[in-house]
Amino acid sequence: MTRPTTDAVLEIDALSKTFGGVTALDAFTMSVRRGDIVGLLGPNGSGKTTSFNAVTGIFPPSGGTVRFDGADITGLSPQKVYAAGIARTFQRSRLCLPLSIFDNIMIGNHGRLTKGLWFNLMRRRAFRREFEQGYEDARALVRTFSTALADRLFEPVGALPMIERRRIEICRALISRPRLLLLDEPSAGMTHDETTQLMDDILDVRGRIEGLSIIIIEHEMGVIERITDQCVVLNYGRKICEGPYAHIAADPEVQRAYLGAE
Amino acid sequence: MSTDTQTAPRPTWLGLPPLAVGLLVVVLASAYAWLFLHAESQVVVLVLLAVAALAAVVGGRTGADRVLATAMSQHSRAMNGAIVAGLLAVIALFATDHFPLLMLTTVLLYMTAALGLNIQFGYAGMVNFAGAAFFGIGAYTAAVMTTQTGLPPLLILILGGVMAALIGFVLVIPVVRTRGHYAAVVTIAFSVLFKTFLEVNDILGGPQGLMVDSMKILGWDFNASPVLFGVEMSFYLNYALLGAALAVLAFVFTRRLERSWVGLTLDAVRLDDTASACFGIGITRAKVLAFTLGNVMVGMAGALYGMMISFIAPTSFTFSDSLLLVAIVLLGGMGSPWGTALAAFIVIVLPEKLQIIQEYRFLLFSVLVIAMLLFRPDGLLPRTVRAYIPGWRAKP
Ligand SMILES: Nc1ncnc2c1ncn2[C@@H]1O[C@H](COP(=O)(O)OP(=O)(O)O)[C@@H](O)[C@H]1O
Ligand SMILES: [Mg+2]
Repeated sequence: MTRPTTDAVLEIDALSKTFGGVTALDAFTMSVRRGDIVGLLGPNGSGKTTSFNAVTGIFPPSGGTVRFDGADITGLSPQKVYAAGIARTFQRSRLCLPLSIFDNIMIGNHGRLTKGLWFNLMRRRAFRREFEQGYEDARALVRTFSTALADRLFEPVGALPMIERRRIEICRALISRPRLLLLDEPSAGMTHDETTQLMDDILDVRGRIEGLSIIIIEHEMGVIERITDQCVVLNYGRKICEGPYAHIAADPEVQRAYLGAE
Repeated sequence: MSTDTQTAPRPTWLGLPPLAVGLLVVVLASAYAWLFLHAESQVVVLVLLAVAALAAVVGGRTGADRVLATAMSQHSRAMNGAIVAGLLAVIALFATDHFPLLMLTTVLLYMTAALGLNIQFGYAGMVNFAGAAFFGIGAYTAAVMTTQTGLPPLLILILGGVMAALIGFVLVIPVVRTRGHYAAVVTIAFSVLFKTFLEVNDILGGPQGLMVDSMKILGWDFNASPVLFGVEMSFYLNYALLGAALAVLAFVFTRRLERSWVGLTLDAVRLDDTASACFGIGITRAKVLAFTLGNVMVGMAGALYGMMISFIAPTSFTFSDSLLLVAIVLLGGMGSPWGTALAAFIVIVLPEKLQIIQEYRFLLFSVLVIAMLLFRPDGLLPRTVRAYIPGWRAKP
């Protein structure tokens, strides 16, 4: 069970989170190796999303520590967690619907967005070059998911079907080239074929971005089996099992948790 | 693969290309504004209103609006130049008439202030019900400084904006920290407190108010009537021209802000602050920036307004006036600078022209805003998707 932690990019240690009387996350420990795709599993309400929220600083954990690339990031603000190199998507899509696809993706590209007012308003020529560079980057990224979508970058996101929105949300998280990507049920609301396609795209992207690690929350076991290197299973906020898919799938406690939830 | 290299179809209207349609609309709109400001008989005013409504419907049905939009994006320079020329032409046609110039300048200054609120409300999502208070801070700054100091009035104009921004910092903590309705209540409280503060403050003239000295630029006194070609012009001509310059500046500023990463940041903060935070955007920083920039614009407009009307009192800057400014933003369309310009014209000029509604103007605008929110929530001229560079097309 114990793995060498020297090449671990993320180390979560005894992370807890309580909401009033509810313990959503109970001394949760896991680690992610560089370049791995880790599946985070568990029935609804088992604390998966809560673990993402506690890591990304949406709320401070009630206890425990989070280390990223060796640095302690426990309880840091979302901005600092992002700056450290962690980007995420949300279970309930959080795109800005009236804004264009391009706008939404550029929101994830905060390195550009921090230029001052003077640059933005007065140095319009330099701004234009930067805009064009941003356009090329966004277009190239969207192309890995859908060439048709890449030609429609200036259309409002609100007019797009859910599968396209999910793709854009992943592009928004990837445009800043994070070292860790947290995907919270990216295939929710998709058909089986759409899910397969999305997972192919995710594998493709992982292959292109050197050293990118991914934690994915996903319910479809076929998907988990195909794309993950490691899996962690939560139940009632506690880790009940971890290991490669074959290992967790054979675990009686995991089977009980899933059968009990069904 | 070759879709990018194909030339996109150019829309036309009555066989006219976009630029011709655009210029035609500017000429007609300028003529319309002149007629409207000129009209005195109630019948003429009503006929003009009917003409505007008809033009809007016909323009929408025949696709003129889309051709106009194409002209605005593909020929932005020519169109912007034409619009400024149209504005100057209307001002020139009234060069000797006090009242229309006063009205037009008031429109331009309210438009400047409403553009400031638009940055706060339309982009950053911070509703400010104290617009008239910040307008008043600008005006009172002008009153005190033009009469008590020898500073050049043009500098005082800027200081009016700076003062509004500085006093705005007092509000910034409660406004930024609280959300939605609470922030609105904070600004309402400030609006009411501001008027009470002026009324009990003897140094600032109490309820009687203060005199404001005129704008002067290098010995050019704005309160003296200029004589051009042997004809004596209205002194409001000076203010109309400076007001136009300020409004154009505020417009260009707002436009560039929107078409930049800063504008994108403000939109992101308004639409989803949790997601924004997860992508590194400093929420507080963005909100403070929007609030400050907006207040500078409102304060500068107020300072010039004070110099123009040369006498100010607490009753000029009430909560009702704050509501009027918010109504302009909502009526025009949140985040739409052209909408703000149009709505400022309607909200200021209509009650002056239509005597029936003069007494009920607040009631009327309340009804209008509610109807707008119900039936056309994006305003008269809805904001479109951000185009960072006007007329820009992706290279194939
Ligand atoms: N912000 C919150 N406030 C109160 N309770 C919460 C909050 N977020 C999650 N919870 C509770 O924590 C538990 C775990 O939720 P969650 O992490 O969303 O589960 P999962 O993502 O595994 O379905 C649930 O009982 C949920 O009701
Ligand atoms: Mg969840």
